[in-house]
Amino acid sequence: MDRDEAFLQFLLRMGDNTLILGHCVSEWCGHAPVLEEDIALANTALDMIGQTQMWLGLAGEIDGGKSADDIAFLRDAWDFRNVLLVEVPNGDFGRTLMRQFLFDAWHLIMLGRLMKSSDERVAAIAAKASKEVTYHLERSGDTVVGLGDGTDESHDRMQQALDYLWPYVGEMFSSDDVDAEMVAAGIAPNPADLRDEYDALVGRVLTAATLTIPESRFAHKGGRDGRMHTEHLGHLLTQMQWLQRAYPGATW
Amino acid sequence: MQVSTDQVWEWLGAVPDPEIPVISVVDLGIVRDVRWDDDTLKVTVTPTYSGCPATAIISMDIETALRDNGIDDLRIETSIAPAWTTEWLSDKGRAKLEEYGIAPPQPAGGPERCPRCGSKAVEKVSQFGSTPCKAHWRCTDCLEPFDYFKCI
Repeated sequence: MDRDEAFLQFLLRMGDNTLILGHCVSEWCGHAPVLEEDIALANTALDMIGQTQMWLGLAGEIDGGKSADDIAFLRDAWDFRNVLLVEVPNGDFGRTLMRQFLFDAWHLIMLGRLMKSSDERVAAIAAKASKEVTYHLERSGDTVVGLGDGTDESHDRMQQALDYLWPYVGEMFSSDDVDAEMVAAGIAPNPADLRDEYDALVGRVLTAATLTIPESRFAHKGGRDGRMHTEHLGHLLTQMQWLQRAYPGATW
Repeated sequence: MQVSTDQVWEWLGAVPDPEIPVISVVDLGIVRDVRWDDDTLKVTVTPTYSGCPATAIISMDIETALRDNGIDDLRIETSIAPAWTTEWLSDKGRAKLEEYGIAPPQPAGGPERCPRCGSKAVEKVSQFGSTPCKAHWRCTDCLEPFDYFKCI
């Protein structure tokens, strides 16, 4: 794999993570348990879609002048490079926030490394996104603690959410040829090197939330290399891409 | 004849932020540069939040304002580095925000006082508010809710 191809794959991974999670979170708009949470979820989704525009915008630039919209709306499931964690369905409010927390913690650590990228475009996007994600992590972490260390029911639901989602965490730290090429170019870190910092951060918050991290390190994989997404991604795309599929080229 | 960039800054100082019309786009600190590139006026704008839907409207408002002032050859460029920070809010902008009922950003991470009654007894309702740049707080003295401009 040459460097340009690896760089494109790296950008798709970053942009598809925020695109798919941003879309999932936006599904809460108008449905959250209280107005404040509805607004918070919608704002978080909005930030992630904004970050997607930057990552996929850059991906499109190096991929023959496509737009971020072309990439988001005109690819099929097997072309997506997001980790599986972000495409699992929202579930209840607790699971949505647990998923957000598990992702935000990885995201913030990753962006911190990318701010020192040898590619100044990547460093600039990371610096911009990092400010927003700091805020996301503060909120998702606080909410995980509030619900985990809350009532018996909220605690049970958060533990179930953690048990369900934990097998999707490992994929964020897996490495392949794309990562090796990015490390060699000084563009991005080896994801495996982020794991210790992640475990420390997540462990601290989940302990405060009185939740127990599952012992198994089994990890579902296949999203970030596009080998095998879950069935959920296709269903999500039928909604997200419907307008461009039904009316090709339509604009606002 | 080209108008001076000082004149252009003055015109831009009269372009209101579309979501918080009490402050201008210059007060908000999102106009980063104004310069002539031969006969083309280049205005560099930076977004507050990467997904802020007001960004496109702001570029359009800037373009409209400058065209109304007779500038036909202009280009608006978006730059994300260095990333926008609330430190770029002007002092005038901060004062106007508070007068309007929005507590200005503080490095400590929360409002200094209630923008309505001035009480320091305030509490956070939600980390997010009506726009990406604001959080939702409440005064426990006058009991009024208010927006706080997040510090980033």
